[in-house]
Amino acid sequence: MGFEKFLFYVFAFITLWSSGMVVTRRNPVHAVLFLVLAFVTSAALWILLEAEFLGIVLVLVYVGAVMVLFLFVVMMLDVDMAILRANFTHYLPLGTFITVVMATEIFIVVGSENFGLVAFPAPEAVSMAVDNTRELGLSLYTIYIYPVEIASVILLVAIVAAIRLTLRQRPENKYVSPSNQVHVKRFDRVRLVKMASENSNFETPAKDTRLDDGVTK
Amino acid sequence: MIELWNALPLVIQILLKIVIIVLPLLGLVAYYTYAERKVIGYIQVRIGPNRVGWRGWLQPIADAVKLMMKEIIIPTKSDKKLFLMAPMIAIAPALAAWAVFPFSEDFVLADINAGLLYVLAMTSLGVYGIIIAGWSSNSKYALLGAMRSAAQIVAYEIAMGFALVGVLIAAGSLNLGDIVTAQAGSVLTWFWLPLLPLFGVYLISGVAETNRAPFDVAEGESEIVAGFHVEYSGMAFAIFFLAEYANMILVSALTALMFTGGWLSPLPQDWVDGIPILDDGFHWLLIKTFFFMFLFLWFRATFPRYRYDQIMRLGWKVFIPITIVWILVVAIAVIYRLPPWWSA
Amino acid sequence: MQFDAANLTTILPEITILVTACLVLVVDLYLKEKNKDVNHKLSLFGLVIAVALTGVVGGGERVVFFDGNLVHDRISDLLKGSILIVSLFVFVYARSWLKDRNMLVGEFYVLGLFAVLGMLIMVSANSFLTIYLGLELQALCLYALVAFDRDSKKGAEAAMKYFVLGALGSGMLLYGISMIYGATGTIEFGQVAQAIAEKGLSNQVLVFGIVFLVIGIGFKFGAVPFHMWVPDIYEGAPTPAVLILGSAPKIAAFALAVRMLVDGLQNLHSDWHGMLLILAVLSMGLGNLVAIAQTNIKRMLAYSTISHVGFIFLGLLAGSNQGYASAMFYTIVYALMAAGAFGILLILSRKGFDVENLEDLKGLNDRDSWYAAMMAIVMFSMAGVPPTVGFMAKLLVLEAVIRIDLVWLALVAVIFSIIGAFYYLRVIKLIYFDRPMLNLPELVTTNGVRFAMTINGLALLMLGLFPTALLSLCQAAFV
Repeated sequence: MGFEKFLFYVFAFITLWSSGMVVTRRNPVHAVLFLVLAFVTSAALWILLEAEFLGIVLVLVYVGAVMVLFLFVVMMLDVDMAILRANFTHYLPLGTFITVVMATEIFIVVGSENFGLVAFPAPEAVSMAVDNTRELGLSLYTIYIYPVEIASVILLVAIVAAIRLTLRQRPENKYVSPSNQVHVKRFDRVRLVKMASENSNFETPAKDTRLDDGVTK
Repeated sequence: MIELWNALPLVIQILLKIVIIVLPLLGLVAYYTYAERKVIGYIQVRIGPNRVGWRGWLQPIADAVKLMMKEIIIPTKSDKKLFLMAPMIAIAPALAAWAVFPFSEDFVLADINAGLLYVLAMTSLGVYGIIIAGWSSNSKYALLGAMRSAAQIVAYEIAMGFALVGVLIAAGSLNLGDIVTAQAGSVLTWFWLPLLPLFGVYLISGVAETNRAPFDVAEGESEIVAGFHVEYSGMAFAIFFLAEYANMILVSALTALMFTGGWLSPLPQDWVDGIPILDDGFHWLLIKTFFFMFLFLWFRATFPRYRYDQIMRLGWKVFIPITIVWILVVAIAVIYRLPPWWSA
Repeated sequence: MQFDAANLTTILPEITILVTACLVLVVDLYLKEKNKDVNHKLSLFGLVIAVALTGVVGGGERVVFFDGNLVHDRISDLLKGSILIVSLFVFVYARSWLKDRNMLVGEFYVLGLFAVLGMLIMVSANSFLTIYLGLELQALCLYALVAFDRDSKKGAEAAMKYFVLGALGSGMLLYGISMIYGATGTIEFGQVAQAIAEKGLSNQVLVFGIVFLVIGIGFKFGAVPFHMWVPDIYEGAPTPAVLILGSAPKIAAFALAVRMLVDGLQNLHSDWHGMLLILAVLSMGLGNLVAIAQTNIKRMLAYSTISHVGFIFLGLLAGSNQGYASAMFYTIVYALMAAGAFGILLILSRKGFDVENLEDLKGLNDRDSWYAAMMAIVMFSMAGVPPTVGFMAKLLVLEAVIRIDLVWLALVAVIFSIIGAFYYLRVIKLIYFDRPMLNLPELVTTNGVRFAMTINGLALLMLGLFPTALLSLCQAAFV
């Protein structure tokens, strides 16, 4: 058994084990962390397949950004697992039955008979000089330019939809816009009013309009 | 000598290389803390540490010994396993990123094609240590610090990533060594000039990514005590400290590499060819890195802490638009071969 | 590699919609509250231009563009045109409802237009990748539109259901696609068909993949037994959102089925034939029977949708060009009918009051006899009463089924549509023979809405009397 094969089995085992933990952990934060682990080891598997761009991007995007936000949300949630699990056993027999049927079907179809080395011979190794990131970029932006553009529209829609569904002015929120704060002028807050003196014994200084200039207008 | 080296098994070679990289790095981290206290001391017209050893030179070692002797206190009802794992998760990516770092033309541990992406991926993992530490401590201040830090790092990572996209367009490669050679020439052909806005964005985002002042709201001593590591003590705390400083060194070194020509000499090649000190070499990289490391300290001594919403505003509404526009500018410049950078 | 500008001319309608949507997105920022109507006008303008451009670039032989990701043929021309026209009606009907509820904001039009864009992409897709992306684009917009009324708990619940089940459906579809990719080594429909012809038909993996594809299609159509989401979402979503997702997306779903099953997997017709047969019979049966028991008109129309989907599947499963053409005819006609029916519901709603129950339609004739007549035409057409077009559509589908010697299936379909006629006619009875509920305010509509509804209703009648024009277009698409 070569070193690469050994690495493959190690990573594959960790991937499967951590995926199993994702669904069986009671604590949602632990589940998310196991999911992160599963992503990292799948990235390692991809790198073993010499798809280093995909592997690194998986870590960068999913582990580095998406899962962080996921973790963020899960930590804030107050999930009562007892309620979630109340009906668990109720659906268990049906669920198990369907799972077993599906798994059997998949095992029958996705076996070495249909997907073995005969049907899919291993591709010839390319030289190290081939930069597969560059190759990927070239085919994405020429052959698959149309799907790439559609994908970008989907992301735009996701932004619009998320903002529409969440952004709202809430009256109970005491948020003060910093730019409004900065732009406040003295005239907006303080007004100097010139009044005649209440007591007529005092003589008001005549024609003293210094305070008026530009202040009370 | 070289024959002896080649005779060693590959795994041993790699391990030795790792040791050669990591040991000096940790030493640098230790003396970086000393430098910080000294520099900030002088900026504030103080002397700084001067008791342990000559002019305080043994201070970092004394600190390390003290931290090692201290007890690691684990808060009740905390998630013990995660609590202890968090510091390790924090430091691992900070060290792992050095794997693809080219120290000179031929000394690099792993010369991979997608080096830049690898560095980005590794730095993006650092946030897990902070989040896990904050959550597992079972403390409100720690959780608040973790939340702040997570949002901040995710926000600035985008600006940072976009700035690096500009670099990779300019260099036409993701390999860090190729990025340096693409800047060959003189100080004027380094990327800091054509990518000036990206250079600024990268440097500032780097400060924000490492949670350093003036973006250190994740620690925010005056507001949330010490943020995510408020419950940590002893060696566990020390490792967070190490990770933070290792990250600062990493960002400085990467800035030196990607915007100021790495190991290249600032003078034109034909002037300095063959002259020992002025010619290209590792020492130039060191000088540049130290300069950026010094900037980190200077920032801390100079600027007051940003308010949290100002940080978010700066990241999302200022930096990201700047980088997107400048990526466009760079792309056009590259296509039309703007001299002197892309005339070839 | 040189880029051919002909690639761009073929997608001019899509580009128009994209530009309009982006324009609305930006213009909306600078609009004052009282000027929000500009969004509406811009969107309609964009749609009209797109319809015109579809006509201009349409016609001609089948050509593949964008390195096999996009196909331009008669099917895509006709379906694009009908999607755009139905969407025009939709936007016209939705306006006053939104205005009454302070929801006449740019995002409605942006999301609506992007949904239309997604449908256009699906219609002219030539690879599994493109069709999937188009589907997701459309679906994402629809999820958001269902939750558009942020203060409505029902809407949020419906959106959540729709999202989860939609994601499940997409997952099934993707799984099927991955199997077919595994068996044929390509995602382009033409090459898939070629690979199947070369490799033989008895491939286990292919059949396995088709099962998941059909499940995915069933989910998107809302066919029994994948129909669970339909009634809940029709009931919970705001009516304009239902109008959008109940009309044109059916045409897109038809395209999804035709592109994948006919363009790609025609050779395996014998495999998917039986699956569609089961879905069709169950849909017609359950849809028509359960609809009778509904008192909520939106739920009733939801079950009626399910039964119509059964009829569309009848045409598809015939596997002949004539069958596909009849299914296409049926789909387009159904989209028009659905637009009309939900349009009437929107017209009858007003501030603070939504038409929810059948009783709300009582005595519509006394309140506005013209709208009553239009609603009657729509209902007759849905029931399949001559001379409306619904009769024509059903007749064509049944003919296709009989031609492949499935007389029993035709009989089942006829029996179920007779059962179904009951609840459509009940609506007509409510409109014409019941007294209106007391204290109802006057119906307020604009001339534009009245004009659109008139065209919509009369179109159903005219197409029934003179079906040849649309029918010959449909038949020309499948030769």
